[in-house]
Amino acid sequence: MQSPSRKFNVLLAFVAVVVTTVVPARAQDWFKTETSTGVDKIRIAAADFKQGSGDSAALKRTFDSVLYADLSNAGIFDLVSKSLLPQATPGAPSEMNVQQWSPAPVSAAMVAFGSATVQSGKLVVNGWLFDTKNVQYPQVLAKQYSEDATDDSARQIAHRFADEIIFRLGGGIPGIAETKIVYVHQAGGSKEIWMMDYDGANQHQITHLGTVSLSPRISPDGTRIAFSSLGKDGWGIRMYSLVLGRLVNFPSFGGTNLSPAWASTGNSLAFSSSRTGDPEIWETDANGNGAHRLTSFRGPDVSPVWNPRTNAQIAWISGRSGLPQVYIMDADGAGVTRLTDIGYATSPSWSPNGQFLTFAWNRKYGPGAPGGQDIYVQEVAPGAGGSYRWVQVTHDSGRCDFPSWSPDGRHIVYASTASGKMEIWSMLADGTQKRRLTTNGGNDMPNWSWK
Amino acid sequence: MNVPALRKMTVLAIALAFGAAGCHKKASAPPPYTAPEVPATPAPTATISAEPPAIDLGQSVVLNWRTTNATSVSIDGIGAVNVNGTQTVTPSSSTNFHLVARGDGGSAEANVRVTVRVPETPAAPTGNADMGSDAEFARNVQDIFFDYDSYDVRTDAQSSITASASYLAAHPAIKVVIGGYCDERGSAEYNLALGENRANAAKTALVNAGIAPSRMRVISYGKEKQFCTEQTESCWQQNRRAQFSLDR
Repeated sequence: MQSPSRKFNVLLAFVAVVVTTVVPARAQDWFKTETSTGVDKIRIAAADFKQGSGDSAALKRTFDSVLYADLSNAGIFDLVSKSLLPQATPGAPSEMNVQQWSPAPVSAAMVAFGSATVQSGKLVVNGWLFDTKNVQYPQVLAKQYSEDATDDSARQIAHRFADEIIFRLGGGIPGIAETKIVYVHQAGGSKEIWMMDYDGANQHQITHLGTVSLSPRISPDGTRIAFSSLGKDGWGIRMYSLVLGRLVNFPSFGGTNLSPAWASTGNSLAFSSSRTGDPEIWETDANGNGAHRLTSFRGPDVSPVWNPRTNAQIAWISGRSGLPQVYIMDADGAGVTRLTDIGYATSPSWSPNGQFLTFAWNRKYGPGAPGGQDIYVQEVAPGAGGSYRWVQVTHDSGRCDFPSWSPDGRHIVYASTASGKMEIWSMLADGTQKRRLTTNGGNDMPNWSWK
Repeated sequence: MNVPALRKMTVLAIALAFGAAGCHKKASAPPPYTAPEVPATPAPTATISAEPPAIDLGQSVVLNWRTTNATSVSIDGIGAVNVNGTQTVTPSSSTNFHLVARGDGGSAEANVRVTVRVPETPAAPTGNADMGSDAEFARNVQDIFFDYDSYDVRTDAQSSITASASYLAAHPAIKVVIGGYCDERGSAEYNLALGENRANAAKTALVNAGIAPSRMRVISYGKEKQFCTEQTESCWQQNRRAQFSLDR
């Protein structure tokens, strides 16, 4: 992770290069997202858990590696390398000697440790978080979990314990280790909706419609997935219940209906509909009733997304002025403002705190100018002088599209061809810690769950 | 009438006179060979038959052919075959099997037609009967193409729209589905909206040319169904289109 001053040097170098070559209409700004709020990252050690019974070895290995990965992915820790950990594996507070963990080179401010035992078919995990600076009362957290003794249970328990630690140390923002990602997977001529854990584990198919289904968006309460699907009469909004395990009724409007988006209340949907002959942004309630139109302008209007903090604004993509650009309007359709100045911008996603949009942008798009399509983060409110500050967070990593914020606002999931195939990737919102989540190709349009 | 034209007509008249005279001669006397020194090589003969001559779709038929004085024999659709032989075939539609036998003495042809009874589609016996074939429709109602990131009907597409409209006006039973397509560049959601605008632009052009909007419906395919998959401008152009199909 770069420090702010290092970043500033990079900025100076960047500006120097730019000024000596060509003066752009609008230079790229560096600004801080939630992932770089200037607070030093907490140095934390995750001890290998103590194996409490002979048959818990495999489950414990899964637990250890998932917990380590979750803390590493969180974006708020300086995680002690496994090779620096003390030999001891304390399984309980009585076995814990914080003085082994605080001196260099471990230098841990916090230690997570505990035990994993299989008892009569159950995996029992006891986990603690200790503050090494507080020798007298080091305990920050103590948790016990008991689940069926399966590999998936070990994985989910590790996610839950990691989220407890992240919530406690990360400024009260819940972790994302238990969140899900829905996405589109292509097999043959059809595209179905799939779902996986936030780290790429547990990839499984949701729909079996045998057609092209796109743009899955999971509801704020995590019980439903809205998406768009090609039927005999064109594209309709479909609704899948994760509780019932089947499609539930959603009215058919006629025309092409695309890209549903949930308000964070879970009570409203916005989507693109061409029932009047031109694609416009419409709003209905969560059951598809009370449809009313928000935009009215010739040309493509698609990919709406609500400001999840206020639900008072909608950002979307419009081709009303030529190439697609990011626009923003009040939730009643008034106050239309264009946010991007040039190029080809698509697929906006609004950060949970309401401050940022992330979207795919090809700033040099056009015939004969095959520029790169990358992920950008832009401030929603204009800065001094009325211009919007933005930062490019992917570079030379294939064609990137469909960024989606994590609920903690620290991560972005997106689709990219960087590996040669279309895959789902995640990264911190400042563009660091890029990780590929899928490997089998044909994976697109990820959407991060709300919790 | 000018002189060269007059001369042409004279030549034509003489040719006609010779042709007519030839017919008469054939009836009365054998035609003289121009190369009478090789009369030993007779012209080949050929016959071909099919058993049974008519089948239902999916059944087989046995072709049986006999030739004389032939050195090579071929049947269209099958290729080179023995001078005499049989072969079992399963045509999917009524087919003319055309046999050509070549020998030193010339060539001979023989034909047999196999009729394949294709079951009638039971659906919609009245309306669809007047819609004609897909091939005829595609000949008369052709795709129109769009500029990059545009859904305006180009001026060079107007003649195609006019021709399509007159064909549709002459065949009032035809209903049309218009598919809107985009090239592979750009983003999937936006391209679906753009494809919708393209299909609607094509529909509007036909409506302006007098075709009732109730006869047409539009579906956008965006970049989901690529017609051409190469990354070239000519290929992208083929994908940026509104495609008309019979709405059966």
